[in-house]
Amino acid sequence: MKFLETLINGFSIGGIYAMIALGYTMVYGIAKMLNFAHGDIIMVGAYVIILFLPINPVVSIIAAIVLCALLGITIEKIAYKPLRGASPLAVLITAIGVSYLLQSLAQIIFGPNPKSNNLFEKLFPKFLESHRGGIIAIGSFNIKLSTIITLACVALVMIGLTLFVKRTKIGRAMVAVSEDKGAAQLMGINVNKIIMITFAIGSALAALASTLMMLDGQTVNFTMGSLPGIKAFTAAVIGGIGSIPGAMLGGIVLGLIECFAQMAGLGDYAVAIEFSILIIVLLVKPTGILGKKRREKV
Amino acid sequence: MAKFIDNVKSFVNTKILKKSHKRENIESSYVLETKALGITFGGLKAAQNVNLKIKKNQIYGLIGPNGAGKTTVFNLLTGVYQPTDGEFFLNGENLTGLPQDKINHKGIARTFQNIRLFNNMTVVRNVMVGLANQPEFKCNLFESIFRLPRHFKVEKAMREKAKELLRIFDLEDERNNLACNLPYGKQRKLEIARALATNPKLLLLDEPAAGMNPHETEDLVNTIKIIREKFDMTILLIEHDMKFVSGLCDEITVLNFGTVLAEGDTKAALNNPEVIKAYIGG
Amino acid sequence: MRKFVKNYLSYTVIGSLAIILTIMGAIGALPGTTLALLEQSAIAIVLAVSLNMVVGFLGELSLGHAGFMCIGAYVGGKLAVLLSSSLGGTNILTVILALIIGGLAAGLCGFIVGLPALRLRGDYLAIVTLAFGEIVKNIIENSEFFGSHTGLRTPDFTTNRSMRFMLFTIGAVVVLLTIFVIQNVIKSKHGRAITAIRDNEIAARATGINVTKYKLMGFVVSAVFAGLAGVLYSYSVQSIQAVTFDYNYSIEILVIVVLGGMTVNGSIISAVLITALNNILQTKLGGNIAVAKDLIYALVLILLVIYRNAPSLKTFREKYNLGNLWIKLIKPKNDPSKVGEDAVRWDVVPTKISMDEVLSTDVIIDTTGDNSADIGERGGNK
Repeated sequence: MKFLETLINGFSIGGIYAMIALGYTMVYGIAKMLNFAHGDIIMVGAYVIILFLPINPVVSIIAAIVLCALLGITIEKIAYKPLRGASPLAVLITAIGVSYLLQSLAQIIFGPNPKSNNLFEKLFPKFLESHRGGIIAIGSFNIKLSTIITLACVALVMIGLTLFVKRTKIGRAMVAVSEDKGAAQLMGINVNKIIMITFAIGSALAALASTLMMLDGQTVNFTMGSLPGIKAFTAAVIGGIGSIPGAMLGGIVLGLIECFAQMAGLGDYAVAIEFSILIIVLLVKPTGILGKKRREKV
Repeated sequence: MAKFIDNVKSFVNTKILKKSHKRENIESSYVLETKALGITFGGLKAAQNVNLKIKKNQIYGLIGPNGAGKTTVFNLLTGVYQPTDGEFFLNGENLTGLPQDKINHKGIARTFQNIRLFNNMTVVRNVMVGLANQPEFKCNLFESIFRLPRHFKVEKAMREKAKELLRIFDLEDERNNLACNLPYGKQRKLEIARALATNPKLLLLDEPAAGMNPHETEDLVNTIKIIREKFDMTILLIEHDMKFVSGLCDEITVLNFGTVLAEGDTKAALNNPEVIKAYIGG
Repeated sequence: MRKFVKNYLSYTVIGSLAIILTIMGAIGALPGTTLALLEQSAIAIVLAVSLNMVVGFLGELSLGHAGFMCIGAYVGGKLAVLLSSSLGGTNILTVILALIIGGLAAGLCGFIVGLPALRLRGDYLAIVTLAFGEIVKNIIENSEFFGSHTGLRTPDFTTNRSMRFMLFTIGAVVVLLTIFVIQNVIKSKHGRAITAIRDNEIAARATGINVTKYKLMGFVVSAVFAGLAGVLYSYSVQSIQAVTFDYNYSIEILVIVVLGGMTVNGSIISAVLITALNNILQTKLGGNIAVAKDLIYALVLILLVIYRNAPSLKTFREKYNLGNLWIKLIKPKNDPSKVGEDAVRWDVVPTKISMDEVLSTDVIIDTTGDNSADIGERGGNK
């Protein structure tokens, strides 16, 4: 039972990482930049939920997703777009600057102290009355409702995103831009629009991830996005950055490692284990598990 | 997943076990001799059965249509690719399988089809990089850090030597400019100067006249002739320009689809019906 | 004389400043806060100049510099604790011993990480270094030997005035040593090999440079000095905690280096300016407004980078070039086409994970271009 519980937890945590990693990977694939501020979008999403929670929990979630998507677009327009065509280092430093900016703004507005949240209580007050701590017990097997919701959400997002990329015109345009920006432009694809949409989707997914994290009782503070952000980034790289299935796989691998490390009593060393695996994967296959490799011509 | 395991295996083989094969030297009167040299990329034979024999002080041409495998041969000879078949010898010494820097130390230097200079460094420093491996400019890290007398001596000697080389290529006045600010023709020359600075026995020039106007090409022909005389150099070059080749090369090898079509005296090889067919199509 | 000024300016300035400040401190003219600020600046200079070895000269992005510093801080700090408890006190020899061992430990780690990791390029190397930093932090955080989560208490230097000056002097010497070594490495044939690899790795190999050796050399030298900075840090704060050395700290150092224009002198100036500004704003603003400092910092960073790099602002920049104004003021006769030995442009650092050149050792197998027997190209040129 313990094993099964760990497995399911691993999938749910991994699913959240995968969702954030999708944002990194899509932005990387299409805009060819590392969006260091992506983790902080999670934090912004969480604060938006806290702000709107007194009104209505569902409204707060929708507001978080919409506002984060808008924020993603705004950041792209103001900070990254002027630097398109500049050296990649400049873009990276700007992304770091944006990350600092979001963090310090949040700190100024909401203060440095962590805030607890009651999103789950507000969403499922009746369920909590019948099930203590939101846990469903089937015999000796315990599972949290939030875990079930997370798994369902992650599955939906993954299927939806895959279909979106494969079936819709915009999705295929995204693939085209990630393959060759210049050629895509010549084919009449509006590259600016595609980049904008990518940022919007990535940020919306980050907001969704922060919703799921809060359902699980995560407290909110201005640095809450850093660690999940960096782990999701790791996940994206393990899976092969630029590859959508890679991000999903990487996220889940990372979540499973984390939970099984915890089960084995190595919870304190989870970070070290995860990053060691990252290093090993990169050394053996530098493009990640599902990444593509291109070669330089001499 | 299977692919991933393959990657792990190849990583272990090449990086950890460092598998290398035995190299046997031969007696050879040629500066460069290749024996059935070839490489296959996953079923594609990019070059096969290439047998070159280049005598000392010769200017040897390697020609062929696009995609004939000329640059591949260069990449094999400089260790960029490891040959899957055959071996090659420099003055009888087997260099097959050595890493690029070692091959350069043994005496093969090259230029690139698309110029590769150290763009953020000055012209003179570009050449000095090439000089660094020569025994007379030996100076270890410790001596450099603590500025022992040898450091200054070596630096001064290297700078003088570099200036001397640049003078031959008429680049001395440009020595403190950034390499990327030079005009195209001078960049080509600088690349040759840098290759010569490594004191090679054999110089490989990959399309030296590409992108040059007739005046610059003529200048280049003279430069190459000067190099041969001044440095007593053996030169192997790739070129498309037939006039350039017939005016400069003593002997040539014609490649097509990775195989040798014709070889020997320039005029005779160029008039070979197979060669004409390959170039004109038929 | 001009050559002397050009080559030894930074040593002369920092050396004389250190002497003046030490004398001022000895006669009691400097308050404790100023001394603390000076120590912080010294650490920042050592970190920035050593990171610049990797970023500016090797052209690789490292996000794990704080990890090397962490190793130096803990190894040196632990040694200091052990020595002072067994000797019953701290003297200059123990500090020097701690510096040497701490630096060597960090250098050794640099070697162990660098040997496999330097096969990677660009962002991939950045990620591996970031991962390394986090691993170091995580392991030390959970190690009983290093005081786990409570941190490690190092001998207290702040109470005793003469001890503090000794530390301060040692700091100044370490700064000078860092600049001296890194400057001298770069202005030698070894440094040329390193910058050649940065500019064109394929050409560097063909020119006979042992790329692995020189990359490792640059990386290890950088790690050693990061370790020294760590030992200095452990002495100046009395209690070190692994959390301090996270990737955000590495990024802070990177920002200093990049804002300094990725040259040695630039890194020094930017390290001092940013540390001082941070410190002054923090104490002057105080309380809740102190966070506004981070906001201003972030805004300045973004605007500065966009101003300096945006392609659309190019004409504007050329018209009103503030950077050139500075150069015109200090070096009126400077010809822009003649450049210094450590000149570098921003785009030499490959930060994008460029799929085309991730693996520096086997990038070059090419099956599409000139080598392929493409039938359509038969009889192509001429």
